[in-house]
Amino acid sequence: MSEVSEQELGEFRAEVSAWMKDNKPADPGFLLPQTFMEVGSEQVLEFLREWQHKIWSAGYLGMAWPKEYGGQAVAPIYQRIADQEMKRHAVPICFNVIGLSWTGPLINDIGTEAEKQKYLKGILNAEDVWCQGFSEPDHGSDLGNAQCRAVRDGDDYVVNGTKIWTTMGNYAKYMILLARTSTQGARKYDGLSFFLAPMDVAGIDPRPIQKMTGEYGFCETFFTDARIPADCIMGEEGQGWRIAMQTLQYERGAEAGAAGGLMVVRTVMEDLIKDLRGLKRDGEPLLKDPLVRDRLVQLLMEEKAISLGERRQAHSALNTDYPFSLALSGKLRSSEFAREMRQYAVALQGAQGSLYVGDDDAISGGFWQRAYFNNFATTIGGGTSQVQANIIGERVLGLPKD
Amino acid sequence: MAKANNVITFSDEQAMVLQSARDFCADKSPVTAVRALLPGNTGYSDDVWQEMVALGWLGIALPEQYGGSGLGFGSVVPLAESMGRGLLSTPFFSTTLAAQAILRAGESQQKDTWLPRLAEGTTATLALLDNEDWGAPDTTCTATVAGSEITLQGTKWYVPDAAVAQLFVVHASLDGESALVLVERAQLADSALQSQTLIDETKRACKVDFSGVSVSADAVMRGPLAASALRDIHLLGALLVAAEAAGSAAACLDVVVDYLKTRKQFGRLIGSYQGLKHPTVEILTAMDSARCHVYHAASVIGDEALSEDAEVACRMSKAQATDAITFAGDRAIQFHGGMGFTYECDAQLYMRRAQWVQQQFGDAYHHRKRLAALLLD
Ligand SMILES: Cc1cc2nc3c(=O)[nH]c(=O)nc-3n(C[C@H](O)[C@H](O)[C@H](O)COP(=O)(O)OP(=O)(O)OC[C@H]3O[C@@H](n4cnc5c(N)ncnc54)[C@H](O)[C@@H]3O)c2cc1C
Repeated sequence: MSEVSEQELGEFRAEVSAWMKDNKPADPGFLLPQTFMEVGSEQVLEFLREWQHKIWSAGYLGMAWPKEYGGQAVAPIYQRIADQEMKRHAVPICFNVIGLSWTGPLINDIGTEAEKQKYLKGILNAEDVWCQGFSEPDHGSDLGNAQCRAVRDGDDYVVNGTKIWTTMGNYAKYMILLARTSTQGARKYDGLSFFLAPMDVAGIDPRPIQKMTGEYGFCETFFTDARIPADCIMGEEGQGWRIAMQTLQYERGAEAGAAGGLMVVRTVMEDLIKDLRGLKRDGEPLLKDPLVRDRLVQLLMEEKAISLGERRQAHSALNTDYPFSLALSGKLRSSEFAREMRQYAVALQGAQGSLYVGDDDAISGGFWQRAYFNNFATTIGGGTSQVQANIIGERVLGLPKD
Repeated sequence: MAKANNVITFSDEQAMVLQSARDFCADKSPVTAVRALLPGNTGYSDDVWQEMVALGWLGIALPEQYGGSGLGFGSVVPLAESMGRGLLSTPFFSTTLAAQAILRAGESQQKDTWLPRLAEGTTATLALLDNEDWGAPDTTCTATVAGSEITLQGTKWYVPDAAVAQLFVVHASLDGESALVLVERAQLADSALQSQTLIDETKRACKVDFSGVSVSADAVMRGPLAASALRDIHLLGALLVAAEAAGSAAACLDVVVDYLKTRKQFGRLIGSYQGLKHPTVEILTAMDSARCHVYHAASVIGDEALSEDAEVACRMSKAQATDAITFAGDRAIQFHGGMGFTYECDAQLYMRRAQWVQQQFGDAYHHRKRLAALLLD
């Protein structure tokens, strides 16, 4: 792709900005999710589906994907600009994240032509919601031990077992499913296969689970003799672990190719500081308290370091020691930073910190309380922080396995 | 924070400087060489110093008209990082910062006289502190005008590389305002210098008594330019120490990782225990953050008076690098067990470096306090 001029990019930014300003939806009167993991009702789902479709129709989603699959084949910088503008204008999220950010790039990178034709456009225009069937009740961090069975029978695989924490499992049309096609093989990873599975077949039963926030968003998904067409397998039998690992690379942000779109609502220090400005402690402005100031500066420094890390990755000369360090630690860094910041955001509110979403007096409607709780989705989901630390220790620093 | 400025620019030229600095420091400053220099008087090898001079490093941040290469102060950062990684101590930092003081505050005649000499390896240093306080609002060292002469009164502490410096840039108060006074080594009696015993044995510093020293009036830099240069050299000094510390933290991490991959207990390599593995990852991420801040700072400073963005970047660099290396040094001792508590174990070199770094140009809290004023008010 040829170089794009600063001027062109500037014009594009202005165009997106104007569009966002004109099209930002009015407050729907019900609580919108902060991440795609909190889509808990049909009402919310339809609202977000319409919004994502609108953004895609306007040309601001999947911009770097090939034209024939719903993209525009322009340089990725355009999508980054569009994403920045979405964040700046604090518009609602693009909710179909499992499709947009993980499955889409995966199909783009290793899928067959038929798979690209069949799935990519529906991911972008929000017609096809995707979910992920990796975790099981007894195998979460130890994903390689997944036991959900898929047995070949004629033109189908017959699936039996249970998946859990399936985000949007009850709304999804498709699932990326990790299942065991063979119990032979020396290692636990052998015998796993990867499916682009339809959810609308008999024998699949996603049952919503209520979260600690009181909201819904994920399911326990039961498979009872569910027949999945055999051509839904991705790659070949036994390649499931490798493909699942590749998927997790996208999920953890270490691999490029995502369609873009705002994935989580803006939750930044700048907004927190605004919210804190009017608050008092000991009769004085909270922001005059030396200990509070010191801690806020530490958080600002960490927020900035994480964002600078993305810039630094562009210069290979600045990453020669541990070339994968920034890429592989991004998920751990940003999710743990967010946890600390949000926890502190609640702690700083004085008695107001005891209010919750639904109380008219809660600061920013209880945004920080809810954001803190929901943040565990990012320190647990996609591989827990402890497991991430193992991965960094072993893959980046070369330390021995546990 | 108004508009977050998060650039990192790194030119091919800077990349080349970084690579050659790395190679040079690895070659000239293996840990055996570092240890051999510890007991010496000057703490450095003159041969290595002369090679650094020949490579043009002393002039890298100076404009071409003064015999420099005009690459800007940002190019000193990769050098500092590489030196920190090799624990390579020379008068490089003190000379570089003294040159910046003259570049930023000097009259053209002062610049013409001194900068080409400093670029060619004449050693110089800054004499800033009267006591332990980096946050002191002014100095107790005074300069008094009498005719065409200026006479100093006061003692400066922790003057880096003072024993070998040919030129001292002294912060003194002149008619109630900050001035920088240039004092040559020949103007000082030997007894004016009293060497101090530093916690980092690779470093050298003296107490220097300037009382009664008289210099001619054209050896003074004063006025708004001097005040602004004084602020800037405190920030640039903080940045250089941060860059050096980021390199030392990286080397310290290597030492830790090595041991975790070779030492066995309970029949397992100790690096397989999460009690060690996870904090070692924290060393990595803290060091990564320090580097991000440092490279960013290098991208936003120029020869002109430092902008507010640059001030934020320098302060964040120092605060983060301090935290990174103090954590790395401390854990390095602990993770070596009894071996870690020995003089022979290299962990102590980094532990000592960390304690030294912490106190140069203000500790982490000093900088965070000032950042709070910049970012929260
Ligand atoms: C909001 C949310 C949405 C999710 N959405 C999906 C989804 O859509 N699809 C899907 O497949 N999964 C999803 N997950 C599941 C998620 O991937 C798992 O929860 C996660 O992998 C952890 O597995 P687990 O819950 O079984 O915890 P466990 O693995 O049982 O972990 C329990 C504790 O032990 C620690 N631990 C485990 N192993 C180790 C180790 N080796 N070393 C150190 N500590 C260890 C963990 O860090 C954790 O603190 C979601 C989770 C959440 C919270």
